[in-house]
Amino acid sequence: MRALDLQDVRFKHRGSDHWALDGVSLQVEKGEFVTLLGSNGSGKSTICMLSNGLIPHALPGDLQGKVEIFGFDVKEHSVAEFSTKVGMVFQEPESQLFCMSVEEEVAFGPENLAVPREELRERVEWALELVGMKGYNDRSPFSLSGGQKQRVAIAAALSMRPDMLVLDEPAYALDPVGRLELYSVLRDLKERYGMTVVLAERDAEEAVAFSDRIVLMKAGRVIDSGPPRIVLREPSRLRNVGVTPPQLSEVAALLNARLMTTENSFLTVEEAERAITEKVLAWRMVKGR
Amino acid sequence: MEDGEGEMIPATPMLPREEKIISIHGLRFTYEGGVVALRDINLDISSGEYLAIVGGNGSGKTTLAKNINGLLRPTSGEVVVGGRSLSGRTVADIARTIGYAFQNPDHQLFCSTVEEEVRFGPANLGYPEGEIVKKVRRAIEAMNLESHRKTPPLSMRLGERRRVSIASVIAMDPEVLILDEPTTGLDAQESSELLAKLRRLNEEGKTIILITHDMKLVAEHAKRVVVMSQGRVLLDSDPRGAFSDPELLRQSNLEPPPVALLAHKLSELGIPKDVISPEELVFQIMRERGGP
Repeated sequence: MRALDLQDVRFKHRGSDHWALDGVSLQVEKGEFVTLLGSNGSGKSTICMLSNGLIPHALPGDLQGKVEIFGFDVKEHSVAEFSTKVGMVFQEPESQLFCMSVEEEVAFGPENLAVPREELRERVEWALELVGMKGYNDRSPFSLSGGQKQRVAIAAALSMRPDMLVLDEPAYALDPVGRLELYSVLRDLKERYGMTVVLAERDAEEAVAFSDRIVLMKAGRVIDSGPPRIVLREPSRLRNVGVTPPQLSEVAALLNARLMTTENSFLTVEEAERAITEKVLAWRMVKGR
Repeated sequence: MEDGEGEMIPATPMLPREEKIISIHGLRFTYEGGVVALRDINLDISSGEYLAIVGGNGSGKTTLAKNINGLLRPTSGEVVVGGRSLSGRTVADIARTIGYAFQNPDHQLFCSTVEEEVRFGPANLGYPEGEIVKKVRRAIEAMNLESHRKTPPLSMRLGERRRVSIASVIAMDPEVLILDEPTTGLDAQESSELLAKLRRLNEEGKTIILITHDMKLVAEHAKRVVVMSQGRVLLDSDPRGAFSDPELLRQSNLEPPPVALLAHKLSELGIPKDVISPEELVFQIMRERGGP
């Protein structure tokens, strides 16, 4: 059974004559970290909202094709039913936070499921630890930095112990250091906890380093899907679909063009540093310097 | 005066006094409730500069901008625009010189068509009708909104609404354009189109001030970078200078673009630390190879 299974899905919002998704097939396996990459209007947010039933239940429209979430047909089950399976995080943490303390915020979801007190406490501590916010229990969410707020929003989703986390441009309102904090949490979710994650992004700079798969989208369709090294290999193709290529992919592509090779492909600064250093030292040996 | 300013605008301009369009002396600002947002800012900005004010969330950059356009007034110190102190001048008077586009365009848009929206500013400043029509036409053309004159702004996409908000600022024909996070919410193509338009305005002589924490944008467009942290100016330099010091940027919750970080790490091989684009970095690497 897959975490998410979309087959030939088309969706049009009620009152719109435009297909927000126009024939999308996409499978996400359990434990997979998938980044949906595309410009505004590419359909990535629509997929996020389908993956916990917000579409079609809260945002109705014309939905065609098959959408299954952990084997359950999205049309036949409510958002509430999916809420223990799928955690959602949106662009702006402010739109999700409303409690007086971080602890209340993170406890809110499971509390509503009548989770026993002892387990509730465990879940809150576990979720806060996971996002690096242990000890912030009594702080007001509104006194936190942008990166911290977004981490609390993730903890609030995690305390429901979902089987999959879906994040729609979670770094949107964050400054660069807030972004780094956020992506290091996402990396942990992947590497330490094997969480199934669907991340929608319009800039893949940080997420490429630990995504299993990049799904490139344009105008409601999937253009390409594969490991980051493959999908990001041609920066010009990304530009054509309105996505800024990661700078390291640009460096790799330019080096390949100059050296007439295909081997270079960098996902992290460290990886690029190692490969380029080796190359330069080898050139120096040849020249006897 | 030196002939034509051209592209060689020095990082710290040493132009005669009358060339300064904005001059800030000992500016401090404390919000009601006691939050100190600006501590002793001193800054001179020359006519025709393309400047980026960068810093993390809460560094004071938006507060600084609002002290320049008169929406906020200094707790102490002075802001001089066009040779005259802002003290005692109205926001409308200041708006003739300083145009300010909000981070969220919807804070600014309220008319029922694009044309009315763009017309509001110059009409409000009391220009004669012929002048208003000319200014509106120029602003609408500058932001490529010709086909949207009769469109309700709030029905447009975010990238288009942002262009409407900038057009309505340009229509007042200010010498200085301050844009607060102009690319937030825009995708790659919308961003690069908007930035090309801003570059053209700068070439035509407008002073452009970008407020942002997008370092790639700064690397590609700004000629001068003012780094802010905790209400202070931490660094005032060209982009190369700013990116060659990752530690200092991190103090301000910023992070150099990956290519600058990579150049920094490769500096032991003799690669210069102040590389700011992938093309430049690859050029420097290929020099190590030598030959054709």
